Amino acid sequence: MSLDKEKIKHVAKLARISVDEAKVDSLTKDLNSIFKFIEQLNELNTDKVEPLTSILNQSLRSRKDEISDGKIREKILKNSPKKNEEFFVVPKVVE
Amino acid sequence: MSNITNQSLSEILESIKSKKISSLELTQAYIKNIENAKKLNAFVTTTFDQALENAKKFDNKPNNEQLLSGVPLAVKDLFCTENVKTTAGSNILNNFVPSYESTVTKNLWNNGAFLLGKLNCDEFAMGSSNETSFFGNVINPIGDHLVPGGSSGGSSSALAADLTPATIGTDTGGSIRQPASFTGTVGLKPTYGLCSRWGIVAFASSLDQAGPMTKTVNDCSIMLEAMSGFDEKDSTSINKKKETYSKNLKDNIKGLKIGIPKEYRVDNMPKEIDELWEKGKKILKDLGAQLIDISLPHTKYALPTYYIVAPAEASSNLARYDGVRYGYRSQKGKDLIEMYENTRSEGFGDEVKRRILIGTYVLSSGYYDAYYLKAQKVRQLIKKDFDDSFTKVDAILTPSTPSSAFKIGEKTNDPVSMYLNDIFTVPVNLAGLPALSLPAGLDKQGYPLGLQLIGKALDEQKILNIGYAFEKNCGYKNEIKKWWS
Repeated sequence: MSLDKEKIKHVAKLARISVDEAKVDSLTKDLNSIFKFIEQLNELNTDKVEPLTSILNQSLRSRKDEISDGKIREKILKNSPKKNEEFFVVPKVVE
Repeated sequence: MSNITNQSLSEILESIKSKKISSLELTQAYIKNIENAKKLNAFVTTTFDQALENAKKFDNKPNNEQLLSGVPLAVKDLFCTENVKTTAGSNILNNFVPSYESTVTKNLWNNGAFLLGKLNCDEFAMGSSNETSFFGNVINPIGDHLVPGGSSGGSSSALAADLTPATIGTDTGGSIRQPASFTGTVGLKPTYGLCSRWGIVAFASSLDQAGPMTKTVNDCSIMLEAMSGFDEKDSTSINKKKETYSKNLKDNIKGLKIGIPKEYRVDNMPKEIDELWEKGKKILKDLGAQLIDISLPHTKYALPTYYIVAPAEASSNLARYDGVRYGYRSQKGKDLIEMYENTRSEGFGDEVKRRILIGTYVLSSGYYDAYYLKAQKVRQLIKKDFDDSFTKVDAILTPSTPSSAFKIGEKTNDPVSMYLNDIFTVPVNLAGLPALSLPAGLDKQGYPLGLQLIGKALDEQKILNIGYAFEKNCGYKNEIKKWWS
């Protein structure tokens, strides 16, 4: 299948990336050549194959439901581009 | 000791131990090299003051019982380092200073090493030439017009140019082995789960694995021993006893069975790659190994599978960069959604955006089965190919890359031709196996070429041993003219 400009704009919306109108054409061309390459997989019949979800022969460990750290608000806020004393600050969401 | 920085890590460790050189003198020698090598653009950040302090501390109270006693190391800028800026080669993390240390780097420091600086890499480790970094191209010390490989291109360049005695990279589809091959150095991608992923900027979590890049196989075994080990903080870390790879390194490979897969070739592959492979086979045969022809029939589907699985995981991992909690934030946009969209558009480079879009598309409603599920099924077939072969052989020998280092700008306009560079390295990541790239020869232009040894899961010791024997008998010598200083 081929991706058209509208589809790409839709996917970009889903991914929360604004796409420069001037770049949509070259992006469409690149993505279509990549998908053409990817779609080689359709040559293979995989009807009876189980999907591989983990390459490890172990199931995920569970841990005790205990708090192992905490009280690190300052560390967590340190790299925020905009904050007040205790919170991350974002553009207004609720009128 | 003017030429100490030419030496291997193990020779340097010996010199420190026997007090032929102090940690401070060693550190100063590397700092001088780094300052003279700005043209290579291998470093994003240097931590010289901190390194000199740590060297003095070591000299005042030397502890020579550790694996990496008194040695300064530069690492790929994908490893989070406490209070030292960590960028992943991206504008979106240009101001990010972690308040924690990755497990793998912490392991290095716990073994006596200390940080010298952070090495340039492709943005979020997405690239095969180090041309996608926000901080500019890295230059291959082999020639000023050549790429150093990627994504660990700063690591390979710095190592080959004597700017660090050894280093670490990460390998999601070949990002350690391909740059090692392009610079005539040794690179190992360990078994998935052997080295902790905790504190490494995530790209594709089911494929990412950290590993050593070194000048010799012995150095590689020392670094692997230091950096590996179980970590509770990584849910896919393998809980097993720690191995002493360097102590167990042996060059006797008599009777080992080496598989030669017939599918590891591409159209228009230079004759020199075939000749190199033949040379590698002959060396191993002369050492008493037995060569066995094998087939890995789904090899050609590994790259298409990778370009579904890796972007899918990346699109999910990179959703966290929203301009709210850390990293770059755009000042444009009238509401929250526009702030997100502009932050991500301005913060990410073109290749990263391309892969996020591919990943978002293949996971989007209505397409999941056709792409992601299909890729997981083919991944099963690729793994089964290896499982079947490893009932017959101990290790597999292949070329590391289908060509030597290419020119800067040569492949930037054609993403698929760039991706094809990883054709021999990607299958190993999909199957979670360990693989070692060894410098094995030069092409007619004098550029290095590598051979790859693939092992069974957790069989690092065996491929290191084969590599060790190979290295002793290969006669490869990396003589790089220091044109940049």
